[in-house]
Amino acid sequence: MSTTTYREAMRDALAAALRDDDRVFLMGEDVGAYGGCFGVSLGLFEEFGPERIRDTPLSEAAFVGAGIGAALGGMRPIVEIMTVNFSLLALDQIMNNAATLLHMSGGQCNVPIVIRMTTGAGRQLAAQHSHSLEGWYAHIPGLRIVTPATVDDARWMLQTALDDPDPVLLFEHGALYGAEGELTDDLGPVDLDRAAVRRSGTDVSLITYGGTLPTVLAAAEELAGRGIDAEVVDLRTLRPLDDEAILGSVARTHRAVVVDEGWRSGSISAEISARITEGVFYELDAPVGRVCSAEVPMPYARHLEIAALPSVDGILQAVEELGLRG
Amino acid sequence: MGEFCMPSLGADMDEGTLLEWLVAPGDPVRRGDIVAVIDTEKSDIEVEVFEDGVIGELLVEVGTTVPVGTPLARIEGATDAGRRSAPTSPPVPAPQPVAPAEGPPRGVATTARTAGRVLSPIVRHLADERHVDLHHLAGTGPGGVITRRDVEGAPRSGPGGVAAPLEHRPTRATPADGRTRSSPYARRLAAEREVSLTAVVGSGPGGAVLAADVPAAAPVDRDAGMRDAIARAMARSKRDIPHYYLQTTVDLGVALDWLRTRNEACPVVERVLPAVLLLKATASAAAEHPALNGWWEDGHRPSSDVHLGVAIALRGGGLVAPGIDGADQMSLTELMTALRDLTGRARAGRVRQREWTGPTITVTNLGDLGVDAVWGVIRPPQLAMVGFGAVHDEVLAVDGAPAVRPVVVASLAADHRTSDGIEGAALLSRIAALLQDPDALDRPHPHPTGGATP
Amino acid sequence: MSPLDPAHGRHLLEQMLRVRRMEERCAELYTQSKIRGFLHLYVGEEAAATGVIEQLEPEDAVVATYREHGHALLKGTPMTAILAEMYGVAEGCSGGRGGSMHLFDMDHGVYGGNAIVGGGLPVAVGLALADQLAGRPRVTACFFGEGAVAEGEFHESMNLAALWDLPVLFCCENNLYAMGTALARSESETDIAAKAAAYEMPAWPVDAMDVVAVERAAARAVTAVRNGGGPHFLELRTYRFRAHSMFDPERYRDKAEVRTWRERDPIDLLERRLRDEGSLDDAGMAGIEERVASEVDAAVAFAEAGTPEPVETLGRHVTSEPTGGGVR
Repeated sequence: MSTTTYREAMRDALAAALRDDDRVFLMGEDVGAYGGCFGVSLGLFEEFGPERIRDTPLSEAAFVGAGIGAALGGMRPIVEIMTVNFSLLALDQIMNNAATLLHMSGGQCNVPIVIRMTTGAGRQLAAQHSHSLEGWYAHIPGLRIVTPATVDDARWMLQTALDDPDPVLLFEHGALYGAEGELTDDLGPVDLDRAAVRRSGTDVSLITYGGTLPTVLAAAEELAGRGIDAEVVDLRTLRPLDDEAILGSVARTHRAVVVDEGWRSGSISAEISARITEGVFYELDAPVGRVCSAEVPMPYARHLEIAALPSVDGILQAVEELGLRG
Repeated sequence: MGEFCMPSLGADMDEGTLLEWLVAPGDPVRRGDIVAVIDTEKSDIEVEVFEDGVIGELLVEVGTTVPVGTPLARIEGATDAGRRSAPTSPPVPAPQPVAPAEGPPRGVATTARTAGRVLSPIVRHLADERHVDLHHLAGTGPGGVITRRDVEGAPRSGPGGVAAPLEHRPTRATPADGRTRSSPYARRLAAEREVSLTAVVGSGPGGAVLAADVPAAAPVDRDAGMRDAIARAMARSKRDIPHYYLQTTVDLGVALDWLRTRNEACPVVERVLPAVLLLKATASAAAEHPALNGWWEDGHRPSSDVHLGVAIALRGGGLVAPGIDGADQMSLTELMTALRDLTGRARAGRVRQREWTGPTITVTNLGDLGVDAVWGVIRPPQLAMVGFGAVHDEVLAVDGAPAVRPVVVASLAADHRTSDGIEGAALLSRIAALLQDPDALDRPHPHPTGGATP
Repeated sequence: MSPLDPAHGRHLLEQMLRVRRMEERCAELYTQSKIRGFLHLYVGEEAAATGVIEQLEPEDAVVATYREHGHALLKGTPMTAILAEMYGVAEGCSGGRGGSMHLFDMDHGVYGGNAIVGGGLPVAVGLALADQLAGRPRVTACFFGEGAVAEGEFHESMNLAALWDLPVLFCCENNLYAMGTALARSESETDIAAKAAAYEMPAWPVDAMDVVAVERAAARAVTAVRNGGGPHFLELRTYRFRAHSMFDPERYRDKAEVRTWRERDPIDLLERRLRDEGSLDDAGMAGIEERVASEVDAAVAFAEAGTPEPVETLGRHVTSEPTGGGVR
C-alpha cells in the first residue's frame, strides 16, 4: 500500500499499458507536449515519443473515428477527449460506429478502443465543461461505461478496459484527479462487471458512482452518527449495470437512495430506480429516493455550482424523506 | 406470359393508386421501361417493368387503389430466354373491388380503419371515451372520413346515451378507497403474517404502514384483522379450489390401547395425546401421496416433504394453522413436543414466518368440541385438508360379532385440480391402516423416495 | 488512345456488368418485397468502383457508403453473400444484421457500407493509421459521395490523413446530387478536387464514366499511396441513372439530363470501344451476359434458400461473445 493521487494512479496505469503492449497508443488533444489538459499524461510523451503519445488537432470526430479505425486495424488505441462536453463532437463516431460495427457486421468487426474523458463539475468551469453525460452513453448497447471512483480503480481498471474486445468509455471525474488514497500494489485488473460495496450497512442503500462517491461516504458517516447504518454501493460500471449487487443490497436494507451527478430526468438514476422497482418491489419499505444535479446548465458562480450539485445535506434529507429516523 | 404487378416501393407502402398508364395494349416493352405512374402516400412515382414483351390486357383502371402485389397488366410473349426460375411473390389477392380513389387526403393516419374508413387516433380515442359506435357513424370529412366533430355530435351507444364529460380517475389510491397506504415490503410482510393492514397504525410518511409497523405475528385477540385474514383466505379457497370430500370411520381400538400402555410406561413429559397419533398417521400418509401434499402455485407443485399444518383455535376466538416441518419424520414424542410448543406460541402470537407459509397439508381436529365430523376448507395454496371429529364409541361388526369400539370419523377435503377421488380415498385408507399399527407410527416414516434422498 | 488489352478490357466490362445486372435484379426483388429497407443502386456509376478496386490488392481495405453493393462485389465478396444479406438471412455477409446499407466482409477487406454520410472517413483514416504504426504496406480506399464534402468529418479527416501522411486513397464519387440536392445548391466551391488539394494532398478529377480513365488514375494514386506518398484524392465524376433509393420521385432533376448522361453509360462506352478495337463480338458479349446472368440467378437462388437467424440469437454481436455475448 502506498498513498498516491487519482491522477498519478491513472498515469501509472497508462504507462504500464504502454510498456506492456506495443499495440497501445494514446491519442488526443494536448496529451503529448503539453502533458494532458489535466496533467494525467505528464511525462509520457518523453518516455514513449510522439508516435505513441500522439497529439491531435481539435478534431474530435476525426481522431475518435481514427481510433475506431485503428482498433479495427489491430491496434489498442486509448483516445482521450478533454471533457465529456467535447465528446459530443464525436458522438457520431461513438454511437454510429464504435457501438454498432460489431452488430452491423454480424460479429466481424470488434472495436477494442478505450475512450477516456473527464466528466463532472465542481471546478467552476461552467456550462460547457462540467456536465455528467456518462448516463447518456450508458443508454447505448455495445458500449461499456466505466467510472473509476477510487485510486485503486483509477490504477487498475484501465487494463481490464484494454483487454475488452469491445469499446469502453472511461469517465474520470475532474474533481477526483487530486484526491489522495491508498493504492493497492499489484491489485491486478478490476472486474468491470461488478459493483463494489464501499461500506456495509443495514438500513438504507446509497447507490452512486464516480465523483459523488466521496460525498456519499461522508453522508454515510454522518448518518452513522445519527444511528442510521447506510450501505454504500459504488456502481463502477454504468453499462452493464450490476443488477445483482444493486438489488441484493436493496433486498437487505429495504430502502434505496440513488446519488447521481447527472440530471434527474431520463438519467441513469432513473434507470436504477426503475430496476429496483422491477426487481425488488416487494422488498421496498419506502419509495426509491434520488439525489441528482439541479436541472440547469452548470453555473459558474461557486455558490450556485455548489447548490446545483448533490451534497451531504441533500443525501441526509433524502434519507429522512424515506421515513428513516435514527 | 407475365404480369406487371403493383410494386412495393418501401416497407411503409401497402397499396398504391394507379394514376396513369404510359403504355397501351399491344405496346412492346423492354425490361426497365417505365410503364405507369403510381400514387403512393408519399408522392407520384414512375414504375418500370422487369420483363420484355407486349402489353396485354390492362387489369386495373386508372384511379384505382390496389394492394401491393396486385396484377396491373398482363405482359404477353415475355421471353423466357435468359430468364430464371423467378422467385415469385406469395400469391397475391385478386384485384380488389374497384374502390373510388378519392379516399382520404394524404397524410391522414392509415393505421386503423372502421367500415373501410380511415380513423385518426384522436377520433378513436374520443369514440372509446364516449362509447360511440363508429360502425354506424356517417363521416362528414373528405371522402367520408369520420372527424372529431362527428364523434362529438354522436349519441353514445352505451348506457346513458349522453356524452359524458371526461373524468380523470384518481391516480393514487387513498384511504377513501379502503386501501391502506403501505410500503410494498410492509404489505408483503403483512400478507405472510396474516395481519390486516387496516388494523395497523402506520408510522411512515402520510401514515403509511412500514415494515417495522407490522406485528411480528398475528394478533392474539380475535380482532378485525384476523377475521379479515380468515375471510380472505377462505373466500379465496372456495372461489378458486374445486373441493371434493370423502370420509371414513376409523377403528381406534388398537391404537388407544397401545397408547395407554405406552403412556403408563413413560415419564409425564413423554406422554402423548391421542391427537398426536392422528397427526402422525396423516403426515406419514401424506408423504406417500404428493398429489395431495404440496401447493397450487401457477400449477401443481407437489412436495416430497411434509410440513403438517395444524389448525389451532385461539382462546380469544379465531383460528390459525401454522405448521410442523418434517412431521412425518418425527417420533410421537417429538411430534407431541413440537405440537405443544407450536400451540403455546400460536396462542401467544409468536409463530415463526416459516411456520405460517410452509405447510403442505393441514389437519383440523374438532374432536374436543364433540362434533362427529368436520368438512374442511382447504387453506390456499395447499391441496388438501384432513379433518377428525370426536373419538367416540360405536357398535362395530368385529370378526362377525357386534362390538363396542372407539372410533373417529376421518374426512378429506381435496383439490380436484391435482387429485381425483381415487387418490383421496387411498390417502384416507392409508391413514386408517397406519392407525392399526401404532408401533410403526412411533418410528420415523420411511421416506417415500427411499434411499435416494440423503 | 492506345488499344486496350483485349482480355483485360473484357474483364473490366464483365466486372461492371456483374454489378449492373445484380443491382437490376435487386430492384426487381425490391418491388416483390424480397428486399426491404432502403435500397440505393449504383447503376451508372459502375466505372468508378470498378476502375479503383481493379488496382487494389486483396489485402487492401475498402470503406464505402450505403451505395456499396458494387464495391463489396468487386472487392471479392461473393454475390451469393451479398444477395443473402439483402434478404436478411444468416448466410448474408453480415449475418442478416446489416442489410443493403451495411455489407461487411473482413475476409475481403470490406469494412462496410457506412450509412452516415462522412462517417466512414475517420474510420478509414484510423485503418491507415494502424497500418502505418504496424508498418504494413496496405492501402485503404475510402469511397464517399460529394455530399460528404459538406460534413465536418470530411475536412477533419482530410487534415488528419495529410498531417500524418497516412496511406489512404480518398475516392469521392461525385454524382452531382446529395440525394436530391444538386452540388451547386450545397457548396460554395464546387471544385471538389480543389478542396482536397487545399489539404496538401495530390488530388485530381477523373471522368468516371470511362472505366479506363478511372483505372489509369487509380493505378497512379494507389502506387503512390502504397509507396509512402501519403493520402491521395480522386474526384470521380459520375452520374446516377436511377433514383436515389427505391422511393424517389426524382423531382429535382430533368429527364433530359438523365438521358444525356445515359448516352455515356460506362458499360456502353466500354463495349463500343472493345467492339471498335476488334476485341469483342456478339458472341463474346453474349457469353459475358450469360455468365453474369447465371451468377445472378445462382445468387438469388442462394438467398431464396437462406435461413433466417433464429430470434433467440437477437442479442448476439452487441458485445463480443467470450466476455459479453448478450444484450447488456
